[in-house]
Amino acid sequence: MIRHRLHLSVLGVVALALAVLAGCGGNNGGSTSTSGGGGTTNANVSGSVSVMAVWTGDEQKSFRAVIDAFNQQYPNVNVRYTSAGDNLPTVLSTAVQGGNPPDVAAIAQPGLIQEFQAKGALRPLEYARGAVEANYPSDFVQLGTIDGKLYSFVYKGANKSTVWNNVEAFRNAGVEAPATWDDLLAAARTLKASGVDAYSIGGADGWTLTDLFENVYLRQAGPDKYDQLSRLQIPWTDPSVRTALRTMAQVFSDRSNIVGGTSGALQTDFPKSVENVFVNPAKGAMVIEGDFVPGVVAGQTKLRAGTGYDEFPFPAVGGSSANVVVGGGDSIVAFRDNPAVEAFVSFLASPEGAKAWAQRGGFSSPNRGVTSSDYPDELTARIATAISGADTFRFDMSDLAPAAFGGTPGQGEWKILQDFLANPSDVNGTAEALQKSAQKAYASQRG
Amino acid sequence: MEASAVTAGGGGGARRSRERLVPLLFLLPALVFLGVWLVYPTVRTIVRSFFDRSGDQFVGFDNYKALFTTDTLTTAIENNVLWVAVVPAFVTAIGLVFAVLTERIRWSTGFKTAVFMPMAISLFAAGVIWRVMDEKDPAQGTVNASIKVVKDAFGGGGVLTNAQGSTPQLVGSPQKGFVLRTPVRPGGTAAMGLTAIPPAEVPSSAAQAVAPRPQAGAIDGVVWRDFKPGGGRPGVVEPGEDGLPGVTVELRRASGGGVVASTSTAEDGSFSFGGVRPGSYRVGIASSTFSEPFTGVSWLGPKLITPAIMIAYVWVWAGFAMVIIAAGLAAISREVLEAARTDGATEWQVFRRVTVPMLAPVLSVVFITMIINVLKVFDIILSIAPASSQDDANVIALAMWRTSFGGVNDFGLGSAIAVFLFVLVIPVLALNVRRFRREV
Repeated sequence: MIRHRLHLSVLGVVALALAVLAGCGGNNGGSTSTSGGGGTTNANVSGSVSVMAVWTGDEQKSFRAVIDAFNQQYPNVNVRYTSAGDNLPTVLSTAVQGGNPPDVAAIAQPGLIQEFQAKGALRPLEYARGAVEANYPSDFVQLGTIDGKLYSFVYKGANKSTVWNNVEAFRNAGVEAPATWDDLLAAARTLKASGVDAYSIGGADGWTLTDLFENVYLRQAGPDKYDQLSRLQIPWTDPSVRTALRTMAQVFSDRSNIVGGTSGALQTDFPKSVENVFVNPAKGAMVIEGDFVPGVVAGQTKLRAGTGYDEFPFPAVGGSSANVVVGGGDSIVAFRDNPAVEAFVSFLASPEGAKAWAQRGGFSSPNRGVTSSDYPDELTARIATAISGADTFRFDMSDLAPAAFGGTPGQGEWKILQDFLANPSDVNGTAEALQKSAQKAYASQRG
Repeated sequence: MEASAVTAGGGGGARRSRERLVPLLFLLPALVFLGVWLVYPTVRTIVRSFFDRSGDQFVGFDNYKALFTTDTLTTAIENNVLWVAVVPAFVTAIGLVFAVLTERIRWSTGFKTAVFMPMAISLFAAGVIWRVMDEKDPAQGTVNASIKVVKDAFGGGGVLTNAQGSTPQLVGSPQKGFVLRTPVRPGGTAAMGLTAIPPAEVPSSAAQAVAPRPQAGAIDGVVWRDFKPGGGRPGVVEPGEDGLPGVTVELRRASGGGVVASTSTAEDGSFSFGGVRPGSYRVGIASSTFSEPFTGVSWLGPKLITPAIMIAYVWVWAGFAMVIIAAGLAAISREVLEAARTDGATEWQVFRRVTVPMLAPVLSVVFITMIINVLKVFDIILSIAPASSQDDANVIALAMWRTSFGGVNDFGLGSAIAVFLFVLVIPVLALNVRRFRREV
């Protein structure tokens, strides 16, 4: 999941600039510590573990609850958590370069994990392999395996194959949650006739568009092609990519059915695109984005889950299975090996480690040991169990790509798909531009 | 050191070395700071700019080549040229005008305070303010809201904001009005179904629509919202579909020409043209039925983003220019101005031939300061431009940041951009330093 907080990132830049100039990477601010108390199951393991992740605010509190649950089992292990906020990749890179990384980190970018592994900074998690293989779908085990060894596993998952809709708008138009892409297009036409724009698109944030592409592509071209395209083993000019772009264009070229038209959509950032749907009367009937959508308007919208807004899985495209999930998530990696670290990492891989957060909400676990009843409400449970129960799960492709291509505002895939939104008839030009940009980014990563 | 100086005997040599040592001691803290925070980073940046993104491989001038061949970076350079060409001149000119004019008004202090106020805000905060003011949605952006007020004062008043024909029979748009393709003769009927009307926009007085019945010598018809949940059958008046009252319906001769008759629909959407002379007619809905809401100028879009940011920047810096120029103005000898006036010069001539030339040193200080500022412009662009148009608003400093920290994390190319910016600023700096020397 990619988050955008302008002010945060700018504050971070100042801190970072200082850190970079001073030539040292360190843990700055916000560290919390929890010491033991309670159960005495494993009092013989002792030591301290430093953890770094992006989680702040409520998420930080929830993670502290996870640490508390851990300390019930291991009272003598002291876990210190530091939030690096949105600048985690840069902070970690600097820390690794400076030879002073935290013991454990949760990283959302598989590319970064690979980079650290290639540098030899990561320690394999073979001691947790049993737990991960027992609890996780095989797609996840594969995702965390590099050179035959397990280096990471997704602890906090994100389901990006969800579509959120305004219940009243759907009722006014008399449409049901569509199960296939064609149903979706038909529903969109009916919604338009009922007087509401069908699509709310946060085109100002390029990643919303890459998410849409990935959802279409994984369903239409299948997981094998998806994997090949992620590694640039097939070019972006491949016919399968063009077909997926053409499919996306069916939405993009329905200009009058997008809130604000395409030019308006290009200036709509992601939170705004959610607001458009989570208000009555709705400005837009649906927004195609991941499970983090309701969190964006929490505290602002008067709508309630189920009665005001609802969710349906991203529809099947061209006869694909409905049980296909594109997602992301924060993966646990370890930079050091010692009994305390092993105990903590193993705990996070266990169902208990996931349940401790799941019951507090705002958390989807790919861990099959976490069941519907562990989640606070039905909607959360439905979206979360879709990840652990998916026939096919693939990590967000743009997060797998080099950042210059898949993760940078104003360039690469983000920018090119924004241009495509503005001009959806140019399928070939878009495919060529994507290929050109991808080639450059992948080459510079390998070089 | 001191001890050795003392033992060497109290000659002039000892005093001299101490004279040299003491200032050095005082300078030391400053030198350390300069060294650590300026000299070392500068040297390191220059060295880094010749290495690749990982910093392991020497790549020569490749980063500098990339600087001039990557689209977004060349846009940044072009934009910077535009900034330097436009903004310093504008700021200086506006500052001059304000300074000269405020000299003559009674509430000049109040005016000067107001103009200077933006200087008290950080550039980033000013950017945030303008970002909100420039929002496209007139309900959010002050600028577009003002335009909307003016526009609404001159037009509007239609019963509907937007609609589409429900069948291909009814062609047109809210801007042009709608018309039925097939001509109608007296005794015929005209059913005009509209869709894409939000339920909330149907007037509360609207009643169930009724399909028109033919009447001899008259053209009867109905305008209705041809939609019910699920869609319904297009072009057919069905139960649950309301008529649209207050719609202006026009009758024209099929052969062309102006409006023959015009009427307004009833609560069930029905209308009737009685006593129509034989012939073939076209029935349509007048565009005055629709007043499309003003959706806003996209100031933050790719086309207007740079001018929009420039306006915000001038807003911030005009106060600075005004205050400096006003100070210069106060120092001008009044006698010269009086002499010019006594000699019969008009106010414009006094301004043009006496005031401006005498202010020239101050004006050039403001101008050069602004050039340096504008070359380095960064935070206001980051805060105003949304991610989707940052490419179009890009400038060198922003490109440097985005390349180094904004996700690309290519410190090699980022350093090259920084060095390029540094080289650009040097001549202007040199100019300024020379001017200081001359003045001292």
